[in-house]
Amino acid sequence: MQNLKVIAQGARYRGGNPMWSWLLHRVTGVGMVLFVVAHITASFLTQRFGSGAGMAINAVYESPAFQLVMYFCVIYHALNGLRVIILDIRPSLMRFQRETLWLQWLTFVPIYALAVLLILLRAASGE
Amino acid sequence: MQPVHSRRPRVTLDMVMWVFTRVSGAAIVVIALIGFFGAMLMGARTQMDLPTLMRWTFFPNPNHVVNSNIPDVAIGWSGPFWQTLQILIVLFGATHGLNGLRAVLEDHFRGPRILPAIRAVLFVVWLLVMAIAVAVVLAD
Repeated sequence: MQNLKVIAQGARYRGGNPMWSWLLHRVTGVGMVLFVVAHITASFLTQRFGSGAGMAINAVYESPAFQLVMYFCVIYHALNGLRVIILDIRPSLMRFQRETLWLQWLTFVPIYALAVLLILLRAASGE
Repeated sequence: MQPVHSRRPRVTLDMVMWVFTRVSGAAIVVIALIGFFGAMLMGARTQMDLPTLMRWTFFPNPNHVVNSNIPDVAIGWSGPFWQTLQILIVLFGATHGLNGLRAVLEDHFRGPRILPAIRAVLFVVWLLVMAIAVAVVLAD
């Protein structure tokens, strides 16, 4: 109930695009941490015990759907992080925050599109 | 009354980690680019697929590229240079990621008992990851 109230308050807060980029930065960051923890655990289980559990975790993140999500997380988090660093070094650029967000998506789209194309081509070839 | 410039603010964990997050974030991008272009210069374009190249980019360990068409990973794909980059990216990556998780969790859970518990658990996970990583890197 408490959580629902917080979510309702958050939805009413009109932070606009900078708010969504902040939220997406958190979600993609936590996503990467969970993936790396799963990856280290799976490698450890497979190497030390040769266990099926490690292979089962491997199968999840080798699937094309998982890769599409993870490439999104890495490319978005890296580009948004660099944008934040630049704005922190030159705070006067905050006037152009809207433009920096547009520039970030203009950079993101071609890189992510290439990744999506390569992942889908690979999935289609059945490797 | 003290002059303004002599009033030094107390340095907190959050202030140190604010700076560290930016420095390590930029460092991770640079290390990943060195791994990516290093692999391309050594012939990755014809010797490995995209997942293998990405495994190398974010952790340049010979075990990550051994299942590829590289004739011998002992030549070029191992050694102290790549070992140094592996240690650095794990140090920066694990600290950046787990500290980020701390920031997110501390925004959502407040309370005198849960905060130290969160920090203790994340600190133990951080030590474990660093220990495993050093063992893996030095094993080659």
